Amino acid sequence: MDARDLLELIEQLRPLLGDDAIITDHQRLRTYECDGLTQHKVVPALVVLAGTTTHVATVVRACAAAKIPFVARGSGTGLSGGALPHADGVLIVMSRMHAVLDIDRANQRAVVEPGVINLQLSREALPQGYYYAPDPSSQQVCSIGGNVAENSGGAHCLKYGFTTNHVTGLELVTPQGDVVQIGGKAVDAPGYDLLGAIVGSEGTLGIATKVTVRLTRTPEAVRTLLAAFPHTDQAGAAVSTIIGAGVIPAAIEMMDALAIEAAEAAVHCGYPDGAGAVLIVELDGPATEVEHQFDQVEAFCRDNGAFEIRIAADDAERALFWKGRKSAFAAVGRISPDYIVQDGVIPRTALPEVLRRIAAISAEAGVRVANVFHAGDGNLHPLVLFDDAVPGESDRAEQVSGAIVDLCIEYGGSITGEHGVGADKAKYMPRMFSDDDLDTMQLVRCAFDPSSISNPGKIFPTPRLCGEVPGRHKGAHPLADAGIAEVF
Amino acid sequence: MGDIILESASILESLCAATKDHAVVATPADAVDRMPPRWVAMPDSTEQTAAVMRVAADHDLAVVVRGSGTKLSWGARPERVDLVLDTTRMDSVVEHAAGDLIVVVGAGMRLDDLQAGLVGSAQWLAVDPPRSGTVGGLIATAATGPTRLLHGPVRDLLIGVTVVRADGVVAHAGGKVVKNVAGYDVGKLLTGSFGTLAVVTQAAFRLHPLPEVRRWVSVPVTHPDGIQAIVQDVVHSQLVPTAVELDRPATGDATLSLLLEGIPPGVESRTNAALDLMGIGATAGDEAPGWWGAEPLVGGEVLLKLTHEIAGLAHLLTALDDVCAETGFTAHLRGSVAVGAVTVGLAGMAGRVDARTSALFSCVESLRERAPSFGGTVVVLEAPGDGKVDLDVWGPVGGLQLMQAVKRQFDPERRLAPGRFVGGI
Repeated sequence: MDARDLLELIEQLRPLLGDDAIITDHQRLRTYECDGLTQHKVVPALVVLAGTTTHVATVVRACAAAKIPFVARGSGTGLSGGALPHADGVLIVMSRMHAVLDIDRANQRAVVEPGVINLQLSREALPQGYYYAPDPSSQQVCSIGGNVAENSGGAHCLKYGFTTNHVTGLELVTPQGDVVQIGGKAVDAPGYDLLGAIVGSEGTLGIATKVTVRLTRTPEAVRTLLAAFPHTDQAGAAVSTIIGAGVIPAAIEMMDALAIEAAEAAVHCGYPDGAGAVLIVELDGPATEVEHQFDQVEAFCRDNGAFEIRIAADDAERALFWKGRKSAFAAVGRISPDYIVQDGVIPRTALPEVLRRIAAISAEAGVRVANVFHAGDGNLHPLVLFDDAVPGESDRAEQVSGAIVDLCIEYGGSITGEHGVGADKAKYMPRMFSDDDLDTMQLVRCAFDPSSISNPGKIFPTPRLCGEVPGRHKGAHPLADAGIAEVF
Repeated sequence: MGDIILESASILESLCAATKDHAVVATPADAVDRMPPRWVAMPDSTEQTAAVMRVAADHDLAVVVRGSGTKLSWGARPERVDLVLDTTRMDSVVEHAAGDLIVVVGAGMRLDDLQAGLVGSAQWLAVDPPRSGTVGGLIATAATGPTRLLHGPVRDLLIGVTVVRADGVVAHAGGKVVKNVAGYDVGKLLTGSFGTLAVVTQAAFRLHPLPEVRRWVSVPVTHPDGIQAIVQDVVHSQLVPTAVELDRPATGDATLSLLLEGIPPGVESRTNAALDLMGIGATAGDEAPGWWGAEPLVGGEVLLKLTHEIAGLAHLLTALDDVCAETGFTAHLRGSVAVGAVTVGLAGMAGRVDARTSALFSCVESLRERAPSFGGTVVVLEAPGDGKVDLDVWGPVGGLQLMQAVKRQFDPERRLAPGRFVGGI
């Protein structure tokens, strides 16, 4: 976008959005230069604070007309650079659209604007006995719109699924600037499952301006335990035993010694001394089931070598268990100046083996790796620690990080379980998918956004040229036309 | 004419070459919703499927993918069908990682065979559609059954796919771990696409442990408002039912049944709570009601799929009664009323054969006019004879232009089941 395009765009938008919704001052633009992944920084050409669907549609239409790239941003908490701005593009900030429009208990649905904070929705539904199940660790600040873009998970998605399992309708501003209603409060709208394509498409298929989500009944009982093991091997074995017994906990989280050390330093969560690994296991559901299975889980932990088991007596104690876990990423800052978070997934049964191999990679490279993860679904969050001030450390950390990604792929897993590909992991996509796989995904992209202006440069390492599809619509078969089809 | 016969022979030859002699000239039994194809090809692998699709591309053949054919007549009638691509030779379990609760299977695997093979590990693929065909057909039609309430629809259980595109290119999406956000979820887009985007040759699913015990709690119900009130009580309760099904025959009492699953002490206490909640006449049993999980009785006539907002149930039942009174049909409804997806069998047109199509037309139109009252949609799955031809079986579709754009990208030549899907896709 050259300066003239930019000025034209600003003049077009100013009357509609008002001066205070348009940011052009460089210092102010800089506050939007990154999301939760601060290693990547790009100052956008223009920031627009959208307040309504019409605002979004107008901005996008103007962008489409001038082929200016745009990026939507919610709270900017993403960890893959999904909301990284485009230097020649418009950053459309959605956080002013933060109304909870409808809490519909009878239909077990809520309709919200995309800037609504994840936890705020649950708080509003709670008095009616409901909550919004997907709970990313950043739920106090992350937005539903961002969750939709990233298909966010969370500790409890082991039992309750991800964002994609909870979205039943969207109002979407397409990359052409059209406003389209997809789905609603009812399920199974006829046609292609566009929701399935859009949720998790990282802002590359348009911008959601309203979201209809499923609300989940709050469980009758919740029980949480914290088990300390000498080594991650035993903790991993306990996880396999629990799942193998047919128990589906609401969450099973694991932290290794280094992650525990960091959490202790940061939030003093008081985890047992000398633990090589801790597991947090939470069960929820009908009281009788939970009681019975909780005893089973406790026994499984002991059988597999847990040397201390603590059971949360109340919500406060439960919150303390979770505090260590949920603050783990930030806590690592206490023991290392810099770190890279990975988000790879492996088959759960491979956990002990993969952890040993990560330890070997770490030892060989002389780079420390702390492990915090959703053990129940094999979603690892290795934190690769380094000091950017020491020459060469950042490269070594990057190599270790890449080796861990390769390890996940080798075991049949994924490069990302919940953080998204974004700008950060696009380079790893070809390790997991063939050119044809990526080309096929990009057919979807071309259908929605042939000009590639909606969050370009994310997910795919190489953009696909969409080309103009010939508007060829075939009628009857030529043989039938010729009146000879009956021959066969 | 001679050229055409020659071309026909050469197409069959090419199909045979693609499938190692598993291609034949079609018989009348291969007709797709009364449209006769010319050939049937039965590839036994993704590679052979790709070869078949390349033959189809070279000779401009319209292709309909078929599993065991149980739902092949659903959707609009295709505009043309030259080739039926039969997936049933791709019927093996590629991988079952019991500890990881996942399975990878060929698309032509019969669902019943898959479930039987998983029993030994005390696991199952948590779907129970009334018409149990192949897993490919399950994906193509997004078939739904009672346990969807707890376990989610097919699209939520599908974690990876291998597909052959209309141009013969082989692609994968997803993987074999449950938690995975790498790239677009092409599997979801294909689920319920009625074979109009690509040919699924292999699918990976997440599995669930089989419950230790099952109990059904049933209660006779009558008035729409009363039915809705009980359903509301159930969904807001702590019963956590696996399924909530309503069976409402054209005449006589309807029955509302819950399925409770889990460990014995838990199911026992929830059964007692359910009996209390559902009131007088409620009974519990270890056996499913006879009608459980089956389609409504249609007497060879019309099968509709209706969706509704959970609290729109009473409006839906009333609308159905009103429309039946107007049009002379009788309706038998069965389905997942806590999910909001039901099927309806329409019957009672005997002796009015000529009027059937137009009566069906007005019935469907009237239901669609009333659909805003229950917040849902009305789709005609099956109708006898040519009953579907003059109908818009899918009804109005939100986001149709985007869907058409998706189709143009995946299948610009309209090779896969042209005309079968929404908006003439």
